[in-house]
Amino acid sequence: MMTLHFHIEGGNFTNAGFASSQVKKTLKQLNIDSGLIKKIVIALYEGEVNIVAHALKGEIVVEISPETITMILTDEGKGIDNIELAMKEGFSTASQKVREMGFGAGMGLPNIKKNVDQLFIESTVGVGTKLTMIKQLDHA
Amino acid sequence: MPDHTSFHHALIVDHDQCIRCTHCVKVCPTEAIRIENGLVSIREDRCVDCGECVRACPQKAIDIDHDDLALIEHYKYRVVLFPAVFLGQFPERITEDQIYAALLKIGFTHAYEVEQPIGVLKNLIAQKVKQNRTGNPIISSFCPSVVRLIQIRYPSLCESLAPVKAPHDLVAHYVLEQLSAEGIQADEVGFFYITPCVAKITAVKTPVIEKKSIITGVISPRPIYNKIMAIADNIEPIDSMAMRRELTKEGIQWSLTNGETWWQRSKTMSVDGIHNTINFLERLENDQVNDVDFVELRACDRGCAAGVLLSQNRFLTVERLKRRARLYPNADNKLMVDGKPPFHHLESKLIANPVEPRQLFRFGNDLQKSMERMQRARNILCHLPGIDCAACGAPTCEALAEDMANGLAKMTDCVFISQLWQKEGKIAPLKAFDRMEKKWGIKRFDPDCHKKGAKNESN
Ligand SMILES: Nc1ncnc2c1ncn2[C@@H]1O[C@H](COP(=O)(O)OP(=O)(O)OP(=O)(O)O)[C@@H](O)[C@H]1O
Ligand code: SF4
Ligand code: SF4
Ligand SMILES: [Mg+2]
Repeated sequence: MMTLHFHIEGGNFTNAGFASSQVKKTLKQLNIDSGLIKKIVIALYEGEVNIVAHALKGEIVVEISPETITMILTDEGKGIDNIELAMKEGFSTASQKVREMGFGAGMGLPNIKKNVDQLFIESTVGVGTKLTMIKQLDHA
Repeated sequence: MPDHTSFHHALIVDHDQCIRCTHCVKVCPTEAIRIENGLVSIREDRCVDCGECVRACPQKAIDIDHDDLALIEHYKYRVVLFPAVFLGQFPERITEDQIYAALLKIGFTHAYEVEQPIGVLKNLIAQKVKQNRTGNPIISSFCPSVVRLIQIRYPSLCESLAPVKAPHDLVAHYVLEQLSAEGIQADEVGFFYITPCVAKITAVKTPVIEKKSIITGVISPRPIYNKIMAIADNIEPIDSMAMRRELTKEGIQWSLTNGETWWQRSKTMSVDGIHNTINFLERLENDQVNDVDFVELRACDRGCAAGVLLSQNRFLTVERLKRRARLYPNADNKLMVDGKPPFHHLESKLIANPVEPRQLFRFGNDLQKSMERMQRARNILCHLPGIDCAACGAPTCEALAEDMANGLAKMTDCVFISQLWQKEGKIAPLKAFDRMEKKWGIKRFDPDCHKKGAKNESN
């Protein structure tokens, strides 16, 4: 098993996408199927941007084994009040500033759900959020 | 006899000239070059023929495997096909007609510029763009270096490459038709293509986009340029109109940046330079390029005006071609035949096979094993200093770690680790030096005044 670690800084949109592009690079070097990579990278990117847009800071841990890729995103921040609502397409609490940067369509979480095999969200208001996404690699 | 090694299909290193300076190792965008056993060597599966190494070499030790000009003597009719950028090499005082005259003088029976009758290709590309329903933009397949890059690094984008052949195929078919109208048999004709770069040689010799090339030989522009310069000023111009009758604004500018996009009605983008191209392909692969129908990518900055085998300033070349293009008609203003551009029937000759990926397996082709090797490389990287000096013969510490994980290099290849291990008594100084000599060659570290700047100003 191989593990990749990333620190994510809240509010820093300049760097948003770094973790997902590093993960993409690694998966490509392992010759993982490009369709699978695309899905993994979309999901991770959305999770990464959510930390940047909605939290103060966070950590991403990506565990790669020949069978599965597990991505754990933990952040410190305001947390999600109503997870069921947050999962709805179009629901967003993004600020005007974030919207001006092209985010805040309320599509991130639904998109994650669509692209991974399993998604678990735990969140405590005022403390932070933890997303666990799992994607099966052995699609044989 | 100089000691030569085939450096891929078209690149050859003259090991007598090479001083193993690692300039080429460091600039290669696909990290394909290493110093091994005292020689420069290339991993053929990684090379995309971009020619960056040729540009970087201070010893001019990397040459191309072009055909000998003497080859033309085997043919009764010797047609030279040259790209417009070749004409753009010459100073303005030498006229088009003089350049054509000089080409005939040095042994060819016919001289044609490659980019004609470009209207056929133009139409075909416009059609492909219009019919495209994939949701992804069509990518130009003009630059063979870009095609190879996509094959090995962006396999999922292969299906976006326009399945059309190159202008040199088009012009050869066009000329063949002209000649057979004069009663000349195809087997009496040899087509000789003056290439601006390495990539086009490989594309002709081992075509990706087509089955077999119609081109007989590929020749380097350098000797031809010298020959023409020697005679052109005093040569009697000929009327070359018949050989450039199908040349247009589009044709003249085709190989330059924007050459395949400026006339399109759809939404297009042009990117040039190998590093820009890589960055852009990364985005394209991530679906981060929206609202574009056609993407033109050129490995060289300013397109073929900067072809690695051309010797003149790329900006001056572009200027001459732009000025020249103003005097030529638009492809669309050419006389239509039944509402279609002239030579429309040649279109069928330009349909190419789809491009197949050529996946590169950096850590082997077994997932379990390649993960172990990658993990090993990451562990090794903790110990390497991260100076990326290439004194190990690999371009970066990361590349050395990868080579080690694949069993292709040793820890002591790193000069700093070697020092450290000597201090720690892990390796005897003599043994460490032996290893270094094995890598860099016997006597590589003897004083040598032939080095540029030592007592030698040439090169
Ligand atoms: N890590 C997080 N911390 C706090 N709140 C979050 C976090 N992730 C998501 N949310 C909340 O869930 C909502 C929906 O998230 P989602 O990613 O679906 O949309 P968005 O980020 O608002 O917009 P988009 O992702 O389309 O740019 C967010 O607006 C935010 O209120
Ligand atoms: S760049 Fe240096 S190492 Fe590479 S071929 Fe030229 S002299 Fe040899
Ligand atoms: S841009 Fe032109 S000259 Fe440069 S590699 Fe591509 S085809 Fe060759
Ligand atoms: Mg979001």
